Amino acid sequence: MMARISARFDPSRAFFARHRSLGILVGVSVLGILLPLITRIPPFDGIQSTNAWVNAFTTATIYAVLAIGLNVVVGFAGLLDLGYAAFFALGGYTYALVASPFSGLAFPFWPMLIAGAIVGAIFGVLLGAPTLRLRGDYLAIVTLGFGEIVPITLLNADKFTNGTNGLGGIDKPSIPGILQFTLTNPWPMYVLVLLIFAAIAMIVFRLEDSRVGRTWDAIREDELAAESAGINTVIAKLQAFAVGASIAGIIGVVNAAKITIVAPDQFRFIVSISTLAAVVLGGMGNTIGVATGAFVIYLFQSILLKQLNTLVENFSIPILSEIDFLDFQYVLYGIVLVVMMLRRPQGIFPARRRKRTFDDQKRSE
Amino acid sequence: MSAAEATTTVPRTSAARLPLAIAAFLAATLFVLGLDQFINALTLGAIYALIALGYTMVYGIIELINFAHGDVYMASTFVAMFTIQTLLGRSGAIESIPELVIALVIVFAVTASLMGLAGVVIERFAYRPLRRAPRLAPLITAIGVSFIIQNIIQFAFGPTIVSVPQIIPISWSFMVGESRVPILNLFVVAAALILMAVLQLFIARTRTGRAMRTTAMDRDASALMGVDINKTIMLTFLIGSALAGAAGVVHVLYYGNTQFGLGFQSGLKAFTAAVLGGIGNTAGAALGGFLIAFVEVGASAFGYGRWGGGIVFTLLVIFLVFRPTGLLGSSTGDRA
Repeated sequence: MMARISARFDPSRAFFARHRSLGILVGVSVLGILLPLITRIPPFDGIQSTNAWVNAFTTATIYAVLAIGLNVVVGFAGLLDLGYAAFFALGGYTYALVASPFSGLAFPFWPMLIAGAIVGAIFGVLLGAPTLRLRGDYLAIVTLGFGEIVPITLLNADKFTNGTNGLGGIDKPSIPGILQFTLTNPWPMYVLVLLIFAAIAMIVFRLEDSRVGRTWDAIREDELAAESAGINTVIAKLQAFAVGASIAGIIGVVNAAKITIVAPDQFRFIVSISTLAAVVLGGMGNTIGVATGAFVIYLFQSILLKQLNTLVENFSIPILSEIDFLDFQYVLYGIVLVVMMLRRPQGIFPARRRKRTFDDQKRSE
Repeated sequence: MSAAEATTTVPRTSAARLPLAIAAFLAATLFVLGLDQFINALTLGAIYALIALGYTMVYGIIELINFAHGDVYMASTFVAMFTIQTLLGRSGAIESIPELVIALVIVFAVTASLMGLAGVVIERFAYRPLRRAPRLAPLITAIGVSFIIQNIIQFAFGPTIVSVPQIIPISWSFMVGESRVPILNLFVVAAALILMAVLQLFIARTRTGRAMRTTAMDRDASALMGVDINKTIMLTFLIGSALAGAAGVVHVLYYGNTQFGLGFQSGLKAFTAAVLGGIGNTAGAALGGFLIAFVEVGASAFGYGRWGGGIVFTLLVIFLVFRPTGLLGSSTGDRA
């Protein structure tokens, strides 16, 4: 309620409500500058160097983009995709295959972003076309199976993928004559990932309010009613699947270029689940919410849990030092999923439209 | 969405053809795989079938893919290990037959009842509050529960493969032609078949079994007829999880080891088995379990062992797309 009132009287809020893309750009820039600054003040500066922080923020933003993509499928269209990491993997391998010593090719990075999106979309449609007729929970199982098949294939087709070891030495992006991305300087990658995040967030926001977005709403809330209203549900679901998959494909390319190696083990079920946990935590259907969820979950596991480990080791607390707190992340995902579903299914930041759904439900009970 | 119309009995039309088909299938696989591999597949199939029953029963009655079921099975292998090592204090094979029988009864009873209880607890706290929620909600909760179970076990027993004393001596065996047939395998298959037969009789003949069938068909109408819905659903979880417990004991007896990640793969395969047989159909789940095992063992016999999982999932996708009602058919499938 407070937010709504302040929106009416706060001119800047009203401005950004009308110019949302500009709002995203401003928000991302402000956060993008603030976050590295914060890491310079205690206690954050004691944890790791600013470069390491920036690196962590970059990876966290990559996960945020993944969450935005999964949210299109799960939050907008209401289709449970449990094999989302597969598309992430396909994007990564697409770039790795044409820009690493393994194949001997050296394609430039920038057009491969589009190639990653296309590969993702193609596989999304290939998987979706036969299976989207199935009911929701069967779809979940099929995507889960797909999420397993892709790493198994990448692992076993070692003629093309180099098996377990994966493809290493992937080319870093460069702007010819101006800038060469390197492993030691995390800043260019940071800026690039933030820009991609902003661009994808803008596109997804516009999609949400478009005709397609409203179609997804209708299908999610009542598929039968949507179909009766003349919506081709299979096409609409395919669109959601393709959009989600292509976002994963793009960010897969970026991820491969960032860490310069792809291997089947990076794309296991746990990646799909942690992304889902981020979506559920942030609030299904709320683009900014799920991005925040992913960002927080990633930082929590990669910084806080690691810190707990070193802290306990430093003080050599007898029983606790035996425990690797990083193992807790998996329990954490489980608890997030269960507790959120039972106590706050709309997530921490409920989506405007979804909130109404959950309210209706409460009333009808 | 109307309530489930799943039947838990074999449809009449296929009842007569089924034994013939199974016999023909077994003969063909025996011929292709040879006796050794055939016995392997049969044993693995018994385990898958026992797990698949839990999936199919729960899906039949509340239309939920219970993702946590595979992990209940995994947890049960650790309960069985604990019972064998700590409660019974065994560290190797038991050669005396009366002692072995008592030990087996205790292991099965302890594991099955504990897992049954676990199933009831999971249903009560994770699924029941969401029974009227949107379909996605319980599904997501189930995944969460699966993760929690996995990691509790990982904390308690570590991430590595743990070996468990095999109390049925592996040396007990007899020869059929060139092949050695261990008693252990026979026991595993027999135990699974007996449990399945008992379950089938229970569902078909008892009052409670009838309540389960009517609840699966139409929950509201059953409630009006005086069926206690909550109790019936609870019972379904109890039986399904107890069967997973039995499968866990069988796993430990047969393989002599276990690991916390076991539930995910086995669960997926068992679910595939349930779909293959026609989800909601208990006889189908059993059939599917054996089929999957034969496919998997066949794949590794021909040198595609590493692809085993991939082949099974491909099979799952093909079945879901072209024949969602499964082999034995069930009315739940047509709304898939």
